[in-house]
Amino acid sequence: MNCFVVRDLNLHYGDNHALKDITLDMKYREITALIGPSGCGKSTFLRTLNRMNDLIEGCRIDGSIRLFDDDIYAMSDVSVLRKRVGMVFQKPNPFPMSVFDNVAFGPRTHGIRSRQELEMIVEKSLRDAAIWDEVKDRLKKPALSLSGGQQQRLCIARALAVSPEVLLLDEPTSALDPISTAKIEELLDELKAKYTVVIVTHNMQQAALISDRTAFFLLGNLVEYGETKELFSNPKDERTREYISVKVGAGNSRSSSSPDVARLVG
Amino acid sequence: MTVGTNNVGKQEAHARRTKIQERAMGGVFFVAALASVFAVAMICVFLLGEGIPAIGEIGVRGFLLGTDWSPSNIPPSFGIFPMIVGSVLVTLGAVILGVPIGIFSAVYLSYSCPPRLYRFLKPGVDLLAGIPSVVYGFFGMAALTPLLGSSMLSASVLLGIMILPTVITLSENALRAIPGDRYEGALALGAKHYRSVFGVVLPAARSGVIAAIILGLGRAIGETMAVIMVAGNQARMPEGLLDGVRTMTANIVLEMGYASGMHRRALIATGAVLFVFILLIDLCVPFITRGRNAGPLRKLFKPKAGNAL
Ligand SMILES: Nc1ncnc2c1ncn2[C@@H]1O[C@H](COP(=O)(O)OP(=O)(O)O)[C@@H](O)[C@H]1O
Ligand SMILES: [Mg+2]
Repeated sequence: MNCFVVRDLNLHYGDNHALKDITLDMKYREITALIGPSGCGKSTFLRTLNRMNDLIEGCRIDGSIRLFDDDIYAMSDVSVLRKRVGMVFQKPNPFPMSVFDNVAFGPRTHGIRSRQELEMIVEKSLRDAAIWDEVKDRLKKPALSLSGGQQQRLCIARALAVSPEVLLLDEPTSALDPISTAKIEELLDELKAKYTVVIVTHNMQQAALISDRTAFFLLGNLVEYGETKELFSNPKDERTREYISVKVGAGNSRSSSSPDVARLVG
Repeated sequence: MTVGTNNVGKQEAHARRTKIQERAMGGVFFVAALASVFAVAMICVFLLGEGIPAIGEIGVRGFLLGTDWSPSNIPPSFGIFPMIVGSVLVTLGAVILGVPIGIFSAVYLSYSCPPRLYRFLKPGVDLLAGIPSVVYGFFGMAALTPLLGSSMLSASVLLGIMILPTVITLSENALRAIPGDRYEGALALGAKHYRSVFGVVLPAARSGVIAAIILGLGRAIGETMAVIMVAGNQARMPEGLLDGVRTMTANIVLEMGYASGMHRRALIATGAVLFVFILLIDLCVPFITRGRNAGPLRKLFKPKAGNAL
């Protein structure tokens, strides 16, 4: 089953043609990784999926994106879309309030008032984001007192608290240390059971390790899209092969992971 | 060899010169900084030096809590309680009227205003800050007193307008200092624009916003000319919003011209009391802006459950 169906998507920032004729299907409850060099349009593409680009002046979008049966650019209320499609940003951005209030912000926004219900949601979300044990005794403490890695998992919990169907993550580990990165990678693997995940990453090992499918972008074009194993071990496009080999060859030192990427690429 | 030594010598001379220059500049800056401290110290010495003995002679209770101000009676009576109440109420009214409008304006300017309109609104706010208070006073006499009389309410409304530029400019700066990713984070959870601004950005900026309010408060309590022109200035306890009031500042200005002896000293003592009020207000600023969770006023901006906007 397809979660997102993207057809002939074109996006312009003023004169800058940032996404060109993107067509792809993203599968339900899989992890899709978006890779490619800086400035190729990964974040831009990710942000079309929850219409965060709507905020940017001079941004024009053509083509269609369907979330299951709904054309997301035909939706009159973007907050409904954003409740269904959660997002985690590159830099952890906890709100300057308590851990509890951070996670409860979304549910409160969507009308949940009962303290009991909120407590339940907060605990469940924090557990799902694998951070409950670390913060259960400091729910009243300011979120900004947590470490960077904890803040990012708190942001994941906050996104999960509105029960989204999809989770978008834009380089969620690029600002984190290797241990926090490993924790989040492990977490994403578990989240796949309940959510469709789309993740932008600069880290080839990470893409190879956690994703089911990978899309390679270059200068606003979708160059290649397919099963991760296939794309890494046997890329069809010369540009994909080159990009992967350079990135892996350069030895992504921040990577948390595993030598078997070399084998995948092999 | 000689060349080497020579070089070292030059370098040492240069280093010495630089050091002297640095010392000298440090001294200049230190003296400049001292000038303002010196001015404050002199004001303190003068006000308290003249004021405290006067208060002592009148009696602390009689002066601060006495409700009768009759400096020309025999014997005279110097109770400034009505003026303290007047200053406090007029200022409070100004804050109640001016602060919400100021904060909403700041939110609009920093988060909703189209750039074209901004180019027009922002200089308007700046201009408001530059208008002399006597002009505000004329405006008050022309536009407010015909409706509200020369009263506490007129003074509060006028002061509410006068503190707007302070509150708006400082709150806007505080709001703009909050990184945009907080606002985006709230939107990404499905929050609408105003829910994101009031639920996340404003609480994040609260220490700056509270500082803005307090500086506005200081401006209101110290204002003199505009207040005199619309407040009625009766030196008695106000009993309603439409009663005339006299503030401490007005008391000093209205009578200083002809006062002498004990009367004059009582007016200086009024200035000392005003000074203490302003001191207390200023001392609040670092206390409240210190930590993001410090200060009793923080609850003011704590997002509550379900304040969906
Ligand atoms: N807010 C924006 N306004 C204008 N141009 C933008 C904006 N964001 C990104 N771009 C442009 O779009 C292109 C793709 O950027 P981006 O999606 O951020 O790339 P990536 O995430 O792959 O590094 C770049 O040329 C970038 O300059
Ligand atoms: Mg990016």
